[in-house]
Amino acid sequence: MSTGQAGPPAPQGLMGFVHRRRRGAELVLLILSLVVGIGAYAAVGLGVDGTLPVNLFTYGAWLAGLVIACHVVIRIFAAYADPILLPIVSALNGIGLAMIHRIDLARQASRPSSNGFADAQLVWMTLGAILFVAVLIIVRDHRRLQSFTYTFGLAAIVLLLLPLLPGIGRTINGSRIWINLGPMSFQPGEVAKVLLVIAFAGYLVLHRDALALAGRRFLFVDLPRGRDLGPILAMWLVSLGILVFQRDLGSSLLFFGLFLVMLYVATERPGWLVVGGVMFAAGAYAGFVALGHVHARVEAWLHPFSPDVNSFQLVQGLYGMGWGGLVGRGLGQGQPQVTPLAWSDFILPSLGEELGLTGVMAIILLYGILVERGLRTALICRDNFGKLMATGLATVLALQVFVVIGGVTRLIPLTGLTTPFLSQGGSSLVANWVIIALLIRISDHARRPPPELVEPDEDYDADATQVVKIR
Amino acid sequence: MNKPIRNVAVACMLLFVALLINATYVQYWQADSLTSLTEHPDNKRVRDAEFSRERGAILVHGKAVAESNKSDDDYKFQRVYPQGPEYAHLTGYFSRDWGLGAVESTQNSILSGSDSSLFVNRVIDLVDNQAPKGGSVTLTVDPDAQKAAYDGLRALGNNVRGAVVAIEPRTGKILAMVSSPTYNPNRIASHDFTAAGKAKQRLENAKPSPLDNTAIEETLPPGSTFKLVTSAAALMSGKYTPDTKVPGTATLDLPQTTKDLVNENRGGCGGDEITLTQALAVSCNVSFGSVGLKLGDDALRDQAEKFGWGTRTFTDLDDSLTRQAISRFPEDPDAPQTALSAIGQFDVAATPLQMAMVAAGIANDGVVMKPYLVDEIKSPKLETIRRTDPDPMPDQPAMSSAASRDLREMMVNVVENGTGKTAQIPGVDVAGKTGTAQSAPDRPPYAWFVSFAPADTPAVAVAVLVQDAGVARDQISGSGLAAPIAKAVMEAVIGK
Repeated sequence: MSTGQAGPPAPQGLMGFVHRRRRGAELVLLILSLVVGIGAYAAVGLGVDGTLPVNLFTYGAWLAGLVIACHVVIRIFAAYADPILLPIVSALNGIGLAMIHRIDLARQASRPSSNGFADAQLVWMTLGAILFVAVLIIVRDHRRLQSFTYTFGLAAIVLLLLPLLPGIGRTINGSRIWINLGPMSFQPGEVAKVLLVIAFAGYLVLHRDALALAGRRFLFVDLPRGRDLGPILAMWLVSLGILVFQRDLGSSLLFFGLFLVMLYVATERPGWLVVGGVMFAAGAYAGFVALGHVHARVEAWLHPFSPDVNSFQLVQGLYGMGWGGLVGRGLGQGQPQVTPLAWSDFILPSLGEELGLTGVMAIILLYGILVERGLRTALICRDNFGKLMATGLATVLALQVFVVIGGVTRLIPLTGLTTPFLSQGGSSLVANWVIIALLIRISDHARRPPPELVEPDEDYDADATQVVKIR
Repeated sequence: MNKPIRNVAVACMLLFVALLINATYVQYWQADSLTSLTEHPDNKRVRDAEFSRERGAILVHGKAVAESNKSDDDYKFQRVYPQGPEYAHLTGYFSRDWGLGAVESTQNSILSGSDSSLFVNRVIDLVDNQAPKGGSVTLTVDPDAQKAAYDGLRALGNNVRGAVVAIEPRTGKILAMVSSPTYNPNRIASHDFTAAGKAKQRLENAKPSPLDNTAIEETLPPGSTFKLVTSAAALMSGKYTPDTKVPGTATLDLPQTTKDLVNENRGGCGGDEITLTQALAVSCNVSFGSVGLKLGDDALRDQAEKFGWGTRTFTDLDDSLTRQAISRFPEDPDAPQTALSAIGQFDVAATPLQMAMVAAGIANDGVVMKPYLVDEIKSPKLETIRRTDPDPMPDQPAMSSAASRDLREMMVNVVENGTGKTAQIPGVDVAGKTGTAQSAPDRPPYAWFVSFAPADTPAVAVAVLVQDAGVARDQISGSGLAAPIAKAVMEAVIGK
């Protein structure tokens, strides 16, 4: 922007200003986030063994190297991107790694033969960062993704079906949502959720006008037309299928909620929320009545302390959080390992025990800021596809965080989902890094000053191709 | 699309606010309840922390009957019970995996130091970087009386079923409470957790379980000792004085049945017409059956309820296995059942604690005081935090002062000239009443004795129950088995 010129306000920027790059702010925040992450790792060593961990330097250097590399790539390939997203992810990931490491130590103290999860998690984080960089380099304009609408949609469905195939599908902890990949297992649903956001966005941006046509009016709300119910019905059935055949309450809820929110945003019709809400209620009630595993979850939620309800994990998590109180026992000073899956689904109660309500609030606020920055990106994005995609990506994060944290703190019935960036689990971590990469790509596009029209010459011909200068 | 996106943003914010509020609820408001071992005994984190804390002592006359000694293992402190079985039903036990019993349970927040009244101490400990310590609990027990009661029951054999309760009539302080069979709490408190578990399991499965505190948990027909309640009702009705003549024949024709009520000795009570005093002295079933019929079941029930029947006021020993049993009087007895109730048979049932309260009420000019065991709570720095104040039971007095004085004289006569001679203490007026109750023909009868002394300035009221002494059936009697124990306890208190 040339500030020296007099005359009318600069035409660039619809709202009269141009976003600054703010890369320096990002770097400062990143360093803060590294202080938190590496500091937590050091505190775990001090709390458990009384000394700093021997590998503190290499660990810290590795973590710092990863996020600084991501920062450099953003500087080069997405210079206008939202500066807050990466630091939040870095902080959450660092806290998660420290806590997983801390629970590894506790488990190995009682059973020296048990394997640690923290090293694998660091490898997965590295893979996530690599994918993050790859997405930013390969996807230079998110609108190109729109041409893969149906490819991604199909791929997502295949991925969702994979765990059901005999041979490669695996059932872990009652849910059939895993596939064997050599020595590791992988949750294809985590990748599917990213693909689904893109597919939904591509589909809805094309069909939003038809889907927005009003049907019958009921209690101040225009309901959609009956003939347009096809897509939502299909999504409803897919979600029910996941619930029944894969016994995965969390993903089922996540996918349907995601579709509903995107449909609402695309059509601007609250009527869809009514229709979707009714369908959700019907599905949830049917599941509660017909499916034993759903019924058990609701029972454990309502009567966790009743002796004949299977709620050991939930209750241990609550005990841990109660034991943590306002300021926590301190890293390494509690007993988070008492809770089953304290390092994955129940990592938040583990953090609540050792960092207290203070830590839990900080973490929830980090998620809140992450989601709202995603939605902010959607607001300022100039194309509809980008708007929908950003909304979808932010919604996936919001729903997942709400469902899992709400579940482990007994706000809602417990459903198995990972806590983004915190929980141990490779597929989830990698998928969430890709989500952030896409959000950064869209926000870069949205915050980048719009192309400047070159002033036409005297013999300006209206039909001539406009010359556009790209910054 | 911006309007719906804004709505979604607001909705997401609400979701996160809900998470924040809920986390605050769990970690702040609900935290006290979640970390209370009384509410959640399975909370391993709190259990481990409390188990390795210096727990306060349970004291009797300044001497610890439960204390935490330093140990060399991970848990830093070992709970020990120096007097073991003698105080087992009072101290209870403190174990990591097998719960808490009795005072260890009811006073846990004080003993562990987590009680809100110890908050200031906790903050000071936190500032000084000292491990938090628990406060101490002083019991009302008189160690001499407790020892006399314990030795008395032990003399009848290790497996005798029975109980002794001694109360200070003026205050309701429990001076002694022993139940038999008893157990060694040190075994359950052991840091060898497997052994502790086995010990606890064995105690739970035994019949009768030594964990049961017979003194407050067992309700049995009080037999002839209930004649004190019938006498009280009679004197309070205004229709009777100690000298009123009552039937003393060998049998009482029960209305509506062909059965007759007979006396214990199958004979007469010393005349067709005897005084109420004499009827009590020889424990005449016929006399009290007919008095009961005249008074009616409502008068008897009212009198019993004034002594404490039908209410549960003693909670100092509540734990997951123990609660005071409620003594009962039949709801709607017909005439023959009323006559049987008046002599403490049929469906009348009372705990040994309840019978001690009857004696204490008569001794205390007709006012029954609430029994209590926890006398004083002290901080780790030995400052008194609270002290229990004596408090009368609801609906007092149970008897007028004059009626209670009459009944006292009648009871002194029982010990001087009647069935209670075995409780005599030279130089002291003892008031008492024996009882031998038949529960069922196939079960051995059991012996009761309730008494207080000295009769004019009562310092102690005692109830003794010996349920199954393993002696021949005809040797079981209140005067033979129970009265000597009561005598020993009274002597211990009044120092004779």
